[in-house]
Amino acid sequence: MNTTDNLRKTIKTLISEKKVDLFLGWEKGSLPLSATPLFVTTGEQAERAIFDVTCGNNLSIYFTKDKKQYANKKVGIAVKGCDARSVVLNILEKQIKREDVVIVGVPCNGVLDKKKVLAATEGREVLELVDNGDTVTVKGKGFELSLNRQEILSSSCLACIYPDAQEYDFFMGEARGEVPNEERVKEIIDFQNLPDSDRWEQTRAEYQKCIRCYACRNVCPSCYCNVCFVDQNDPKWIGSTCEYTDSVIFHVIRNLHVAGRCVECGACERACPMDINLLMMNRKVAMEVKDRFGDVAGLDINGKPAMSDFKEDEKQKFIMG
Amino acid sequence: MNKEFTPRITSFLCKWCSYTGADLAGTSRLQYSTSIIPLQVMCSSRVDPVFLLKAYLSGSDGVLMGGCHPGDCHYETGNYHTRRRFALVKEVFDSLGLESARLKLSWISASEGPKFARVANEYTEEIRKLGENPTRKSIFL
Ligand code: SF4
Ligand code: SF4
Ligand code: SF4
Ligand code: FES
Repeated sequence: MNTTDNLRKTIKTLISEKKVDLFLGWEKGSLPLSATPLFVTTGEQAERAIFDVTCGNNLSIYFTKDKKQYANKKVGIAVKGCDARSVVLNILEKQIKREDVVIVGVPCNGVLDKKKVLAATEGREVLELVDNGDTVTVKGKGFELSLNRQEILSSSCLACIYPDAQEYDFFMGEARGEVPNEERVKEIIDFQNLPDSDRWEQTRAEYQKCIRCYACRNVCPSCYCNVCFVDQNDPKWIGSTCEYTDSVIFHVIRNLHVAGRCVECGACERACPMDINLLMMNRKVAMEVKDRFGDVAGLDINGKPAMSDFKEDEKQKFIMG
Repeated sequence: MNKEFTPRITSFLCKWCSYTGADLAGTSRLQYSTSIIPLQVMCSSRVDPVFLLKAYLSGSDGVLMGGCHPGDCHYETGNYHTRRRFALVKEVFDSLGLESARLKLSWISASEGPKFARVANEYTEEIRKLGENPTRKSIFL
């Protein structure tokens, strides 16, 4: 049985046995390159659920951004590895209760980055997409291309080490656990080896592209403050222009706000219309958090998020005596 | 380097220890650097990274944070969180090629007036050596 069939069957059982009031999954989108979130409350709706390379949405955002909707409900959720870490983080940050969620893991081989597909088709509109595993076929007016999966995967997936849920109630296939990934550090090390001024120039150039649409924040499962600092106007921390000083503040601070909480799902980068590299710094901070504090965001349901935890005798060389 | 250069050092001092320490330095008539611009916060952990970056990018030549000694925070654990957060802010500054030497954290208790004066003077000297915050010229807010 393939993942999609397996998933449908599981959702149906959960709904019919009244284990959940609602199930969050994905269905075929109205556009071929992105699946749409699916909200299942009946057995028939379960038939629409899918899982393939287009299922990029991290569905856990509904727990925090649409909180009222989910209060006092039992909710099932389909999760990739990164999504599962978000759910765990939500639980650790007391946004939802473990007993109120049923976590259904799906074996993930990565999700696509639309921008990469469109680069491969040279901008021609894709009307149909078929996920064949190692390759992905895209069809449009007067063309049909078979693309290597690796070439169109989101950069978060290329650097992923936890492709499957570490915390789950049901798993649709076989969980692989941790997968070593060298790709993860390469870009960061190359960047860190540049001289200071080059790094600053590069950062500036990258963030200068930002049009401050805040799509990255809105799709991020870890960004759920009632009033985000960019929206505050008394005091006003940051101007609303696209001028790079404003953008630099936005990016550096968002980066620090999700420190130890970013699950590297890549939703932000996929949502970005300006093709900004948002993940490199997130990854860099995640590595630092792991080195210093020994924590990986959302991995251990019995742990504590790094930035809400401490040890009394931590390194404090940088402190002025 | 311009001899008259007087750095501006935005200082976030927690109400219960460091700010009181600064007060003590004042009432004990200890001379300390006029570069320090003290701002009172309830706890060092109140300082969001955005405070530091905003101060830095708005042209502060240095940013100083003062909190209670570990274990002495009025809110018990605030400064332990400050310490973790500050380590990351410094790291991010470094990796983006910003000058993390312009950020400093020090533990100063309410009774450490002399220590406050010393830290203020030493840090001002360090910043004087580093010179003016270069972002003053390249970034405007
Ligand atoms: S910052 Fe980006 S990669 Fe990290 S959790 Fe948020 S959306 Fe996912
Ligand atoms: S950027 Fe910071 S303030 Fe804004 S929603 Fe994210 S965590 Fe909250
Ligand atoms: S999604 Fe991209 S363009 Fe929009 S605010 Fe985020 S980084 Fe900027
Ligand atoms: S009150 Fe001084 S550091 Fe918390």
